[in-house]
Amino acid sequence: MTTTELKKTPFYARNLAAGAKMVEFAGYTMPVQYTSIVGEHKAVRSAVGMFDLSHMGEFIVSGTGAFDFLQRMTTNDVAALTDYKVQYSILCYEHGGIVDDLLVYKLPDRYYLVVNGSNVEKDLAWLNDHKPDNVQLENISEQTGLLAIQGPDAQKVMAKLTDVDLDAIGFYRSAEAEVCGRKILFSRTGYTGEDGFELYLDAADAEHFWDAVRAAGEEFGLVPVGLGARDSLRLEMKYCLYGNDIDQTTNPIEAGLSWVVKPDKGDFIGKGPIMQTKADKPTRRLVCFEMIDRAIPRHGYDVVNDGEKVGSVASGIHSPSLAKGIGTAYVRRGLTKVGTELAVDIRGRACACRIVKPPFYKEGSRR
Amino acid sequence: MIRDDLKYTKEHEWVKVDGDICTVGITDYAQGELGDIVFVEFPEVGDTVEKDQPFGTIEAVKAVAELFSPLSGTIEARNDDVIDDAAIVNAEPYDKGWMIKIKFSAADELDSLMSPAEYKELIGA
Repeated sequence: MTTTELKKTPFYARNLAAGAKMVEFAGYTMPVQYTSIVGEHKAVRSAVGMFDLSHMGEFIVSGTGAFDFLQRMTTNDVAALTDYKVQYSILCYEHGGIVDDLLVYKLPDRYYLVVNGSNVEKDLAWLNDHKPDNVQLENISEQTGLLAIQGPDAQKVMAKLTDVDLDAIGFYRSAEAEVCGRKILFSRTGYTGEDGFELYLDAADAEHFWDAVRAAGEEFGLVPVGLGARDSLRLEMKYCLYGNDIDQTTNPIEAGLSWVVKPDKGDFIGKGPIMQTKADKPTRRLVCFEMIDRAIPRHGYDVVNDGEKVGSVASGIHSPSLAKGIGTAYVRRGLTKVGTELAVDIRGRACACRIVKPPFYKEGSRR
Repeated sequence: MIRDDLKYTKEHEWVKVDGDICTVGITDYAQGELGDIVFVEFPEVGDTVEKDQPFGTIEAVKAVAELFSPLSGTIEARNDDVIDDAAIVNAEPYDKGWMIKIKFSAADELDSLMSPAEYKELIGA
């Protein structure tokens, strides 16, 4: 532990009052759970939960060169974005390794980027290093609170907080409109596999939103949900987590993210190595596996085949929905087919696992 | 919650001594820190354990923790109920959530266990 003081989100006092167990994450003190990871996970799958995600970073990109700049910096095709559409995308290094994964919002007068909290400074430096003079880049992370409402009943909660016709806002669409009496940007997006909304609000209004969302959600069984359940919810969907599933040493093809790599759009940073990897077939791939033996895989554990190391666990957890150990792993070419049985070395014991097709959880209300 | 009728270790286990048998579990504080416990692994009855050496593991949703034997001896019994349903440890760490019984071989090792007051101080309760 360094002496650096941890940052507090604008929901800090509300988190403590709600009984959160706080942990360090991305330089912030963040709620990992309020009552129980499993209980919070199940609340999101069956009803609705709210998340303080204010550690996430938000940047505004504007100016006459904004479109060309983002086309060059990200792998997905920004031209596919009409106003208020949202796109999942990736920032890559020249060698094809991943700087970060992010959301790109197209708004009438600007682009709005949402990046991982632990990568804010790195991403900012990377973007600034490549930014031409006709682009303005502003980091609004510190003054922005992010509250997510996720679960099959999310829309019922939102409907009590806004007059906006929510049915008109499809998946990966956003709006700038009044919610809880404040004009904000929000979108129908999430990281859980369930229907839901993400609200970007002025940090000064955070407690107002927290109280209003909790009150509106009470009749639907809404509970606050910590980062612990956020991780198990996202892994059941095989959504990548930067630092576990992807990082500067992995490229999008290996990670199974070729669906957000659009070579036809023109040049972008990392294109050459990424397309070469695609042409050559990657030497390893990120696969999903479930444990056959009763055991929980964890990040960094070896994947073995007949005693030989053939891969490494990227993310691993006990799945609350499936009641078994599940994970992702980078596995050597030739052993990545669905149905292949391998083993995870768990404290010296080779525990059997099987490669399965994503997502692990197939009953999500939105995916 | 710390029970007054038990001894404790710095590894957050509780020990109940009864003749030459001690019953071992984890404290309420420990289960709270671990969060949802998914399953536990213990040695077999008859296996030997050594003081301060790992004898089993607790797998919680977020993390894995090792169990350390508070005393040296042999495993006299293990709680199959918590092997089947480890959530019992979260719900009742001092009662139904007990883990193993050790027939201990060195009574002087009992002196190294902590009193409830000492354990209270350790966790800042």
